[in-house]
Amino acid sequence: MAEFFSQYLSPPWLAYVLTALIQVTLILAVVLTAAGAFTWAERKVSARMQDRLGPTRVGGRFGWLQALADGIKLVAKEDIIPAGADRLLFRVAPYVSFCASFAVFLALPFSDGWVAQRMDVAVFFILAVAGLEVFGVILAGYSSGSKWSLFGAMREAAQVVSYEIPLALCVVVPVMIAGTMDLVSIGNMQSGWFTNWFVLHDPFTFLTFFVYVTCAIASVNRAPFDLAEAESELVAGFMTEYSGFRWAVFFMAEYGSMVAVSGLAAILFFGGWNGPLPIAHWLGLDHGSLLGGIGNFLGLCNFLLKATMGVLVMMWARWTLPRLRIDQVMTTCLKYCVPLGAAMLLGAMLWTYAFPGGLILSSQTLLFTPACATGLTCAAGSASAIPAPLVAEQQKGR
Amino acid sequence: MSVETIHWHTFFFLLMALLACTMAVAVVVTSNIVRMAFYLVVSLGAVAGLFFLAGADFLGAMQLMIYVGGTLVLLAFGVMLTARGPFISMRTGGGQWILAAIIGGSLLAVLLQVAFSVKAWTGRSLAQHPPAIEAAPTAGPIGLALLGVRPDRLDQQNAGLRRGMSGYLLVFEIISVHLVVVLVGAAYLARARKRPGQQRAPAQPSPSRRSPLPVGE
Repeated sequence: MAEFFSQYLSPPWLAYVLTALIQVTLILAVVLTAAGAFTWAERKVSARMQDRLGPTRVGGRFGWLQALADGIKLVAKEDIIPAGADRLLFRVAPYVSFCASFAVFLALPFSDGWVAQRMDVAVFFILAVAGLEVFGVILAGYSSGSKWSLFGAMREAAQVVSYEIPLALCVVVPVMIAGTMDLVSIGNMQSGWFTNWFVLHDPFTFLTFFVYVTCAIASVNRAPFDLAEAESELVAGFMTEYSGFRWAVFFMAEYGSMVAVSGLAAILFFGGWNGPLPIAHWLGLDHGSLLGGIGNFLGLCNFLLKATMGVLVMMWARWTLPRLRIDQVMTTCLKYCVPLGAAMLLGAMLWTYAFPGGLILSSQTLLFTPACATGLTCAAGSASAIPAPLVAEQQKGR
Repeated sequence: MSVETIHWHTFFFLLMALLACTMAVAVVVTSNIVRMAFYLVVSLGAVAGLFFLAGADFLGAMQLMIYVGGTLVLLAFGVMLTARGPFISMRTGGGQWILAAIIGGSLLAVLLQVAFSVKAWTGRSLAQHPPAIEAAPTAGPIGLALLGVRPDRLDQQNAGLRRGMSGYLLVFEIISVHLVVVLVGAAYLARARKRPGQQRAPAQPSPSRRSPLPVGE
């Protein structure tokens, strides 16, 4: 793209800047659109669950533009900084959270090869960056100069640092089966029928997915794990002193990371951009420039649909389950999620060793594609080589 | 390739290096502990950016995970242990300044001399041929090396050097055992200390738990 722009722009370096700006804007658009759309969806979902209607007036019958109206209201609000606050950190904190949430999307592929920066260690990068979001929360809680904020931030720190361990253990299971940490390769290995999805690979990955969901909800700080902003005890937790635009930035970061962990789950467990049936393969949309592009676009729709489903499940959990106490949160993590994650890792390892080609519905019987074959042999070959160092590195990170 | 008039690699290297150095200085001159931690995180993050720039994406991700994430824990403990007043500032005495300046300055002098004595790093050879930034497979060879297999050993021409290129299996196993010991030790320390004979002695109620009304007594 830089070469294309350099034909028309007189200083050549401007082409690079323009290219970079376009790509950054594309990713930013994903995060901001997701934040707006899911704010609206959250209102509608919660309303339906509580037998209400939710927003009905702004922008038509279903209140489509409610998120926009909210945004205008928040931008127009006064930006208050408490007198006792550490002004610099108070101003910076929301952007730290948002940057961490945004940087996850650099390595998250949206379709086959449609990724901002294809990385060999994409899964690991996403885990590392997503864990930094809590940094903005701690800064916010400390710099507000309010005890409610500080309590909320400390709870969040304890919770997120604890839940990173089972989350990493759950993520390692599909990585071990795939034999790579490159998310594009992991997604492509699950092409074909839905039986190739890693969630249906063996009973252990199936259970791992549910542990992952629990840990993901906890790590993005959503109910029933939203102790950091427990409004019945801590006013609004770390966000107590925030108003206006900075408050909105915190919410954008939260919704951004919700989409990120859902997208990660979609790629790791549910085949990413591959639909349940290999329709794109039947129509011949998996190669060529134009046809491949159309196939990739269908894959993008698949991926976004799966990520949206993940976010809707999180909303469902939020409006259904009561908030846990802090000791219950820690018990869930240390007594259930960590041992379950470790057992699932061990079980999946043994299963891959015992049945290298799958048990009943192996990919060869249904649809033979080169990607499946190389994926399976790769998994069989490297299953014993990859997991152990990765686990050790995750533990070293603690 | 007319778009290559600006060396973007050099530009981003200078940007990241400047950020890392400025923030490192800011850590030293700040007296507020949380601001220090914030500057430290930015500095370490900029170093991770340098690693990504050099194509070492695994190392960069590790830097983010271990150092930046570790600073996070440090920050949490710093806030918990020092947040008695609203914003604690730490005063550094004159003697400490002088001592730190001597140690830091001598280390800087040694490092600068070493850096400028390497022939390959001088001149404009790097700027003319910047290293390629691609998605190189970094995680696979590292994982294999941890299991005792060095894939890069095949590329080494010198037989004497090749003999020295062993894997890291022993180190890896020692670290694994060490981590297991740490986990078991943590579980041992955190376990509930209940013995059959001491059931009747109740734990001393902490002041925060004590309710103002004598309920049930």
